[in-house]
Amino acid sequence: MAHVSISACPACNASPLAERIASDALVGDSVVLMLPTIHCSACIVNVERKLNAMTEVKDARVNLTLKRVTITTNCSVPIERFVAALAEIGYAAHELDPSLLAQSEMEKASRHLLTRLAVSGFAMMNVMLLSAAVWSGADGVTRDMFHWISAMIAVPATIYAGQPFFTSAWTALRARHLNMDVPISLAIFLALGTSLYETNLSGEHAYFDAAISLTFFLLAGRYLDHKTRSVARSAAQELSAMEVSRAIVRRDDADVTVNVKSLVVGDIVVVRPGARVPVDGDIIDGSSEVDRSILTGEIRPEFVDVEVKLHAGELNLTGPLLVRVTAVGRDTSLHQIAELVAIAESGRSKYTSIADKAARLYAPGVHILSALSFVFWYVYSADLRVSLNIASAVLIITCPCALGLAVPAVTTAASGRLYKKGLLIKSATALERLAQIDTVVFDKTGTLTNGMPQLVELPKTDALSLQIAASLASASMHPLSVALSKALTESGTNMANLTGVEEIPGYGVQGYFGGRLVKLGRAEWVGADAIDETATYLRLWEMEPITFAFQDALRDGAFELLKDIQHQVGDVHILSGDSEQAVAAIAARLQVINYAANEKPQGKAAYIAALQAQGKNVLMIGDGLNDTAALTAANVSISPASALDAARVASDVVFLGGRLDNLIGVVGLARQSQRRIKENFRIASFYNVIAVPIAMLGLATPFIAALAMSLSSITVTLNALRVR
Amino acid sequence: MDVLVYLIPISIFLGGVGLFGFLYTLRTKQYDDPEGDARRILSDEWDDHPKPD
Repeated sequence: MAHVSISACPACNASPLAERIASDALVGDSVVLMLPTIHCSACIVNVERKLNAMTEVKDARVNLTLKRVTITTNCSVPIERFVAALAEIGYAAHELDPSLLAQSEMEKASRHLLTRLAVSGFAMMNVMLLSAAVWSGADGVTRDMFHWISAMIAVPATIYAGQPFFTSAWTALRARHLNMDVPISLAIFLALGTSLYETNLSGEHAYFDAAISLTFFLLAGRYLDHKTRSVARSAAQELSAMEVSRAIVRRDDADVTVNVKSLVVGDIVVVRPGARVPVDGDIIDGSSEVDRSILTGEIRPEFVDVEVKLHAGELNLTGPLLVRVTAVGRDTSLHQIAELVAIAESGRSKYTSIADKAARLYAPGVHILSALSFVFWYVYSADLRVSLNIASAVLIITCPCALGLAVPAVTTAASGRLYKKGLLIKSATALERLAQIDTVVFDKTGTLTNGMPQLVELPKTDALSLQIAASLASASMHPLSVALSKALTESGTNMANLTGVEEIPGYGVQGYFGGRLVKLGRAEWVGADAIDETATYLRLWEMEPITFAFQDALRDGAFELLKDIQHQVGDVHILSGDSEQAVAAIAARLQVINYAANEKPQGKAAYIAALQAQGKNVLMIGDGLNDTAALTAANVSISPASALDAARVASDVVFLGGRLDNLIGVVGLARQSQRRIKENFRIASFYNVIAVPIAMLGLATPFIAALAMSLSSITVTLNALRVR
Repeated sequence: MDVLVYLIPISIFLGGVGLFGFLYTLRTKQYDDPEGDARRILSDEWDDHPKPD
């Protein structure tokens, strides 16, 4: 590599291997690490001092709000070095894939909104000051001057700040339908137009203050809406970005860590025990057991050997495997699931949000009323100026600002509460859809259970066998061994003295007790009759084998959550790809009557569709790849943060932290916020019922318009804050 | 009422100063890390970025 010699960083030249890794690992020369444990000013100083002391680092800057550090480097440096440096001073660091943090786009949009909000706020305050003078009795030349100054401030400010509404209204009109922004834009333009015309003729009424404050209130609603969604979205993105997938590739007899994206078909990948398989491929060397639960829901580990096909996402348990890559990226088994998701998506009827429904009623209504009053006054008085004035007064006074605030104010309050509970609402209409739920469908493995086996009970046998089992189990990192070891330690079992203990990958552990062979592992290997549950078997020399049966451990709070749902929401179903017996056991423990086992991904989606055909509104909670189609098909879907990326993308809500009882009351909160939204619409309509007749009679003054607008906006916002 | 000739421009100018002040803080990304900035003031560390080469 020619460029190595001109590198500014001596440390890189010292390690060519690091350089090679880094060229794969780094895009550009800025690295983002997540530091979940930083919390104080000392943390900032420690982290920055440590990183800035490294010769490769040009600049390190901690963002405490996002709990991240951005490192700018002089040259390509493997990220592991930063992680190690931070671990030295006691901070856990996780790499974030910067390409997945589409933060800048959202930040830009939010900055633009905030700028417009500031401009309209500034203009509103100045215009209101001038209007106050007019309302308190300024007349003649003074009033005209105030109107002209108001116009000079309000017209450019409104045209600049109102752009989001104008563009949205224009798009809607071109698609030949009406949204909330059409009457808003029309009201703003008509108000500005007639006010300019009136001012020119030194008329009494000008609505510059109404136009600009309308823009300001609506922008406030827009900004709240944007902020809520961007918080949830960036947290969800962070989850995806944390999964920077690396693979160990064997090239020219050297193992190199590379980004999974750079793998090509035919590469040889090393999959260590305890690691997930990064791509689809065939095993060319080694034997082991793999956990396929994330794809199939089946928790029993499967024995794999040379020539067995592995899929991306599966977990290698015991022995190292060499895998030849057969498919990468879009071609992997993930893609087949993606097709299923697309089918489910097309079947999902398009949900119309409450705001859209209101807009459909409201927009034509307002236009008709305004047009009617124009026609009536024109016929009655034959005065174009008076009729135009009244028509625009009707448009302004129908007060779309309360309607514009009705939904975002409530969703902001509700999402804020849910965010504190660790729930990220990704979709704008998720809360509304949650409120309608009457049936909840759970996936079993990884959702109700945490995917970790747990010993059912200690077999009734002598202490020596248990001691030998404890010693054998402690020699392996296989999940069943770990669970067995834990259960035996808790029961106070000591370890027996064994010699020559070794793990046979894919089969089990063996050793010698006083010269006699003892084995712990798969049924066929120890020579036992396999039972129909997840189990491991112990054989002492020629004695009868002993069976240790396992069940899946429930997630914390699962029981409480199901109780709550059955009381507050409705039916609970369990839908799993696991064996009949395992699912039945869990269903019995949780007192759930409806369950289905051995379901394929298609079957799960079909099950949900069948429930929906009965008129149910289904909430699906799942985490596996096999759930993605079902998650998409359901009315609303929730997945835990531990779920596969594909499942999280398919779901509307993601919950952080492992506890299921965080979900208690979510549907209740959603229902409550729906009630608040409806109340808000009622309040806004109430104002209209009073104000519109006044406006149509031609009695509305700019003062009444301003009063109605501010009062209804404030009431609506205060009502939204009542969401508990 | 002649005083309006001075007062109105002055009031608009003062409001404008506030507006541009806000836009300046927005442009210079002063709202990106409110929590960190509140804590940084407590440390003695030299905090003038980027560090000169």
